[in-house]
Amino acid sequence: MNNVIKIAIRNLLRYKRRTALTATLVTLGVVFVLVFTAVSSSFKDMMISQITDSMMGHLQIHRKGYVAAIESLPLNMNIKPNGFEKLEAILTQHKGIAAYSPRIKFGGMFSNFMETTNIRLNGVDPQKEFATVPLLPERVVSGAKTLNRGEILVPELLARGMNVKVGDTIVIVATNQSGSVNGKQFRVNGILESASGPGGRDGYVHFDDAVELLRMEQPEISEIAVRLTSFNSLTKLSKQLSAALGTETNTLGKPMFELHSWEDLSPFAKIAKMLNLMTIFIKAMLIAIVLISIMNVMIMAVFERIREIGTIAAIGTPPATIRALFLVEGLCLGLFGAVVGNLVGIGIILIVNLSKLTFSFGQQTGLVLQAAIAPSDIIMVSLIVVVVSVLATLQPALKASKMEPIEALRHV
Amino acid sequence: MSLVIAEQVRKVYRTGETEVEALKGVSFQINAGSFVSFVGPSGSGKTTLLNLIGCLDAPSAGTLTVADTNVASLNRTTGAAFRGQQIGFIFQDFNLLPVLSVFENIEYPLLMVKKTAEPERHKRVRELLAAVGMADQAHKRPDQISGGQKQRVAVARALVTNPKLVLADEPTANLDHETAFMVINLMKQMRDQFGTTFVFSTHDPRIVGEAEVIHHLEDGILKGSELKGGVA
Repeated sequence: MNNVIKIAIRNLLRYKRRTALTATLVTLGVVFVLVFTAVSSSFKDMMISQITDSMMGHLQIHRKGYVAAIESLPLNMNIKPNGFEKLEAILTQHKGIAAYSPRIKFGGMFSNFMETTNIRLNGVDPQKEFATVPLLPERVVSGAKTLNRGEILVPELLARGMNVKVGDTIVIVATNQSGSVNGKQFRVNGILESASGPGGRDGYVHFDDAVELLRMEQPEISEIAVRLTSFNSLTKLSKQLSAALGTETNTLGKPMFELHSWEDLSPFAKIAKMLNLMTIFIKAMLIAIVLISIMNVMIMAVFERIREIGTIAAIGTPPATIRALFLVEGLCLGLFGAVVGNLVGIGIILIVNLSKLTFSFGQQTGLVLQAAIAPSDIIMVSLIVVVVSVLATLQPALKASKMEPIEALRHV
Repeated sequence: MSLVIAEQVRKVYRTGETEVEALKGVSFQINAGSFVSFVGPSGSGKTTLLNLIGCLDAPSAGTLTVADTNVASLNRTTGAAFRGQQIGFIFQDFNLLPVLSVFENIEYPLLMVKKTAEPERHKRVRELLAAVGMADQAHKRPDQISGGQKQRVAVARALVTNPKLVLADEPTANLDHETAFMVINLMKQMRDQFGTTFVFSTHDPRIVGEAEVIHHLEDGILKGSELKGGVA
């Protein structure tokens, strides 16, 4: 085999410029795929992290049918205390759940005593909420990153519109489930930066204040946000939790709860899927580049060396060895492109990271791009290149090995 | 003892609906260790006959036996193996592999065909290099040596596997008179040294006389054969 490799490499080197051009094309393809994958996946991961860690959590549990009516924040579809107890029992049983936070979501009127506007609010237990969405405190652009009873975190745009500052007193008026109206004064404890996605412009009050404001005899919750220990276990844990929740049925035998991942609830999931699709498309382009460039150069190689093929076939070289000579040539081209492409690609990714490039996402600006490529991606791209190189060489190699020596020797 | 036996060998080429009969029932025998030439003008069937003897093609009719093997029974793979073991080739255009050195060109059949172990392989290549007078050119590439030297390397490559038969199709056609004689004499010398049967084709009247057995071909028919010094 060493001799086949030696001859294959020498054959590649006899047309240095052509080999260099083909190898460069393959290298550029690999570099492009690696850099695109690194940048797009880093962008995607950062966005997902922003969405899940600053407001949504990884998973959310609601009473069955709540999500379909979520725009009106229906209080009559809240989860009753006994339902919440069942859910807590399920959540505490599952390993892999880092934290969960019950929320009371409701709409109200926000008044600064001069003007009134609408506001969507979350009544949360701050300790549980900050554990479930750890980036929420980071969104506080002014004021304290805490939330105690009688305090409110106001979304930035609303605060600006209503000319409200940290320390001001405001009134929230809300209608409860039975239609009675109640009002409560709050002190503005912080101004929240807006975030892209559902819930990104909601205000926050303490859970007990929400219970009091809505005059609930017993706390009823709208949703439970769940944070997983590892984001990678999302699919697996979703399935496990769905199965566990499916066992909880109402008197009609229908499921009481529904589970949604962030992907089901956030429109950004579609962008993330589009990025995945684009990565697949870029990989398909890489396959096309490798396939066409290597097949082209190998077809040329066979055509130019017909008499040589005739000679080695005449002197007794087995067809399998002739086939191997050409396959190894294609393989070497692919391997060279993959190795150099990986090195250059990793180098560019390092340069991108050292350059500290920033970008904006929705209302968030100055996010630093941290491109990273997983070893599995490098292996996958290298495998694609090597396998496609061999496949591209297969047809010319088969043609060479099936050549009749007598006809090949006659070739001018 | 006959190394090659041809009985009523015919070869017909078909191009579309046209049939060309290149050999029209040729019969002859070639003894082991002989130095034989097929002589005739262009289109007489010399190359076709050498291709058949070299197991590069199969006869359309008749029987051709080379080293006790019926040429018609060989397929692509067994044919390659048979050629690798029994036959050496010398080509008109030398056909050395340009990416290999002189040493490596001679080594190629032992390395890629017979899979001979390195010490034995190198010993045999050095022996052949010395025999053809190319020992001092061993590391040069084919494009760095003359036509005569290339053909000497080709002779060494043909002999390196110690074949029973060496076929040379117009081996001197691309060489000047002096070099042509030198190559023919080298082939004869190799026959004497290694006992290999040499069969070559030529239409060069200056070279014809160097063969010990001469078969005259014309329009695909064997018109006659002569031994040096009398009719065969």
